[in-house]
Amino acid sequence: MKRQFNIFHNVDKPVLLLYLLLVLIGWFNIYAADYLEGQAGFLNMSASHGRQFIWILISLATAAALLMIHTKFFSGFAWVIYGIALLMLGAVLLFGVEINATRAWFRIGGFAIQPSEFAKYATALALAAFVSNVRAKRTKPVHLFKALLVLVVPAIMVLLQNDVGTTLVFSAFSLALYREGYISGLWLFMAGLAIVLFILALLFNEFIIIGVLAGITILLIFFLRNKAGVAMRLIGLFVLLSVYVYSVDYAFEHLLEAHHKSRIEVLLHGAGDTQGVGYNLHQSKIAIGSGGLWGKGFLQGTQTQFNFIPEQTTDFIFCTVGEEWGFVGSSILIIIYLSLLLRLIALAERQKSAFSRVFGYAISSVLFFHFAINIGMTMGLVPVIGIPLPLISYGGSSLWAMTLMLFTFLKLDAERLEMT
Amino acid sequence: MPFRDHKHAFTYRKNVISTIIIGVTVILLLRLFVLQILDPSYKIFARSNYLRHVTDYPSRGLIYDRNGELLVYNEVHYDLMVIPGQLSEIDTLLFCDMLGISQETFESRILQARRHSRFRPSVFERQISKTTYAAFQEKLFRFPGFFVQPRNLRRYTYPMATHTFGYVGEVGPQVIGNDPYYRPGDYIGISGIERAYEKELRGQKGLRIRMVDVHNREIGSFQEGRYDTLAVAGKDLYTTLDASLQKYGEKLMHNKRGSIVAIEPATGEILTLVSAPAFDPGLLVGRQRTRNYRALQNDTLNPLFNRALMAQYPPGSVFKIVSTAIALQEGVIQPSTRHGCAGIYHTQGISIRCRDHPSPVDAITSIKHSCNTYASIIFQRTINQPHFSNIQESFSRWRDYVSSFGVGQIFGSDLSHELPGIIATADYYDRVYGTNGWRSQTILSLGIGQGELGVTPVQLANITAAIANRGHYYTPHLVGAIGHPDNRQDRFALANNIPIDPEHFETIAEAMRQVTNDGTASFSRIPDIPMAGKTGTVQNPHGENHSVFVAFAPVEDPQIAISVIIENAGYGSTWAAPLASLMIEKYLTGEVNRSWFEQRILDADFITANP
Repeated sequence: MKRQFNIFHNVDKPVLLLYLLLVLIGWFNIYAADYLEGQAGFLNMSASHGRQFIWILISLATAAALLMIHTKFFSGFAWVIYGIALLMLGAVLLFGVEINATRAWFRIGGFAIQPSEFAKYATALALAAFVSNVRAKRTKPVHLFKALLVLVVPAIMVLLQNDVGTTLVFSAFSLALYREGYISGLWLFMAGLAIVLFILALLFNEFIIIGVLAGITILLIFFLRNKAGVAMRLIGLFVLLSVYVYSVDYAFEHLLEAHHKSRIEVLLHGAGDTQGVGYNLHQSKIAIGSGGLWGKGFLQGTQTQFNFIPEQTTDFIFCTVGEEWGFVGSSILIIIYLSLLLRLIALAERQKSAFSRVFGYAISSVLFFHFAINIGMTMGLVPVIGIPLPLISYGGSSLWAMTLMLFTFLKLDAERLEMT
Repeated sequence: MPFRDHKHAFTYRKNVISTIIIGVTVILLLRLFVLQILDPSYKIFARSNYLRHVTDYPSRGLIYDRNGELLVYNEVHYDLMVIPGQLSEIDTLLFCDMLGISQETFESRILQARRHSRFRPSVFERQISKTTYAAFQEKLFRFPGFFVQPRNLRRYTYPMATHTFGYVGEVGPQVIGNDPYYRPGDYIGISGIERAYEKELRGQKGLRIRMVDVHNREIGSFQEGRYDTLAVAGKDLYTTLDASLQKYGEKLMHNKRGSIVAIEPATGEILTLVSAPAFDPGLLVGRQRTRNYRALQNDTLNPLFNRALMAQYPPGSVFKIVSTAIALQEGVIQPSTRHGCAGIYHTQGISIRCRDHPSPVDAITSIKHSCNTYASIIFQRTINQPHFSNIQESFSRWRDYVSSFGVGQIFGSDLSHELPGIIATADYYDRVYGTNGWRSQTILSLGIGQGELGVTPVQLANITAAIANRGHYYTPHLVGAIGHPDNRQDRFALANNIPIDPEHFETIAEAMRQVTNDGTASFSRIPDIPMAGKTGTVQNPHGENHSVFVAFAPVEDPQIAISVIIENAGYGSTWAAPLASLMIEKYLTGEVNRSWFEQRILDADFITANP
């Protein structure tokens, strides 16, 4: 009974290492982002990095606790946890404090706690519990509907908080549903295409997009001309997409009222942007772009140190990495994420139980969504959606929730042989 | 499903998901590569974001008079500057309200600044008031891209010597193109001393590179000030002007057109340079400059015109002191050579009228009585000397004498915009009358200072100074010392010699002494001060004659040489001579005791009578 005395027994060391690495990188960059000359001290509680240090300790303690809990607890209490999460989401709407026009926070002492972060974890558990309980050989639409319900209920409650970014995170779970065969590849592709075209239609002239689509269609028809019936299907798809693009544009221009329109514009060009549309993004790109190959060095970033970028410790933390550590440092961070994601998927695949596998895919999807959208938005690839960079951004709830997800999964993986 | 079983389907889907993740990561890396490695513009943006180049404008050099009295100094004002590249959304309503400008003005100025440079500061609003400045100082952090730049403006102790001081204005595009020192919005001396001594007065601009944060607040200096340069203050100028004499001269010239130039003969230092009508130099300073300048430009009295250096008058009778000195040097007359005068001189179809005076006259009394007959005779003798082979030769020799007094060329010292005067060449007469088609009688009017002759007031004063010095002059100039009163400029210390023997100038000086003693200007005699002078009445085809007088005093130890021209005032003896005597009395004794005499000049008004 040796392993009872070693909580790290069987725990996947690469994931553990990558986790600690990311948390450490995050903390250093938060320190750089809110560093003020003359206000020294690594453990200054009035500064973000000081509070983040406390959260790191809390998270590490949580991680240790999770590794000691019995494995059956997670699958057994998945729905209970889910219920608690929903209750908290409801409570925050009533009793929460409003920060940046978002009512998503409980304030306890000096710390603000965000139930929606916890809700992602709870939803992942519930989704895993639901899918693992479906015993049917072939999934039916009713299963998909119920699975979606599990996601949509918390998503809508988060949307009521006016937190569009976190709401969109819930769509990431569809990747896990795709893996389990609930959603077909075609639908996944069409959904992805619809989102991309929706954003493009708002950013660019609709006729340019339709023109590009026509070009792609003609090329595809040319290359696939040997396959029967492909041409007609492609033309049909093209017509469908063109109508979609045009109607998105039309709806945006004519049907939406001005304040809705500006809401979407802010969403596209920069949320919480008070100094002009696109200011955040512009400054963020300047910060990253000026980093060059090797970066300006720790605490040497001019954009970072002179506070040109709002919300730099949280959603725009990647600017600090980009500016102070350059292309080399940023690439290393991205590679670390990629390694973590691929490792998590490998771990998910080796699970014996459906619950563990679905849960693994669910948290991988959430992590991936955060990673891609957050870094993409700081570089102007995707609209500015206010979601943090997991494990890096300042924010206790985010770090804690991500720790919950990873270490729950590490515990499940460590005892995968017992989960059947 | 095209898969044999679930296992394969799941592997396929796992690979799809992995591919999506890897694909997205590659896109992120590519984007990162473009931003950080390929596109250099963000590095420039970053620099312009946090570096602000602050120009330190040195205070412009002060201007003193010859006795160390401060005449021109500086006052700090504030320019509101803008760096278009640092602008972001601001409360333009509040901003425009604070400045009292319209939204359209705001936008057009920003556009203008943007056209000049995105990253260099442009002047947004010049010389904002102290209250506006105070209000801005508090709210500046709300207007990123704007900052306040302190600048110096000229102030004058007395509203005088405006043409001499000149004025300071914004540099034009041409100067900017030729001299890298200047940036748009900089000031430069445009006329007068401000222009002539621009390099000394301006000093050296300093540049500080400051780091600013997002609120446009200065955080510190860039790399500990390694690239900063200190501003060097401009050098002070110690002019040769005598403030009280200048002030007095301008007072006397009130309601008159003309000029006064007074020179210290022993040095060539200009004591007084008056051009009337004048204006307050303060009018060409500050926000109202453009408007005031336009008003002055449209003034029919042309106050911007510096008559002392730019008006070219035929000298008239005062020129007799020059032509007589030439005749004496050429030996065509002796001081004792006498000629009769019947009130008119006839020669080969030409008549020149003279005044009623005792006859006959010699070299001295001809000047004392300003005899045209005697002047005409000696001029013809000078030109018709038999040892010259032709008239070109003899006229050119005469002309060289006149030129040696400084007529026909600019002094090129520190007087700005001076004109050379007019003195025709032999070639000119050849062109007009045909080669050798002219005789001494053709150009006879030159002998009495009329004809193709133009002399500026400063040249007239210089001629007088040359006679006072008995044959040499020092280049007239306005600034004695630069930086320190003892740091004299030595470039004006060299005497210009006139090829006429001193004994002949003694004769002229004696004649001029008699002019003021019991000659044409005896009315203007100053008790106890021996003065040498010569009256002139310049014929003016456009109206009343100009009243001219030149003088120096005391005769044996000249301290001051002066020329006075009052346009449209008639006889030189009636107005110019009394005015000159008052100036001399004021300079030599420090006060004026002939109050009724003074009052007569002060009351005289030749502008209302001759608009």
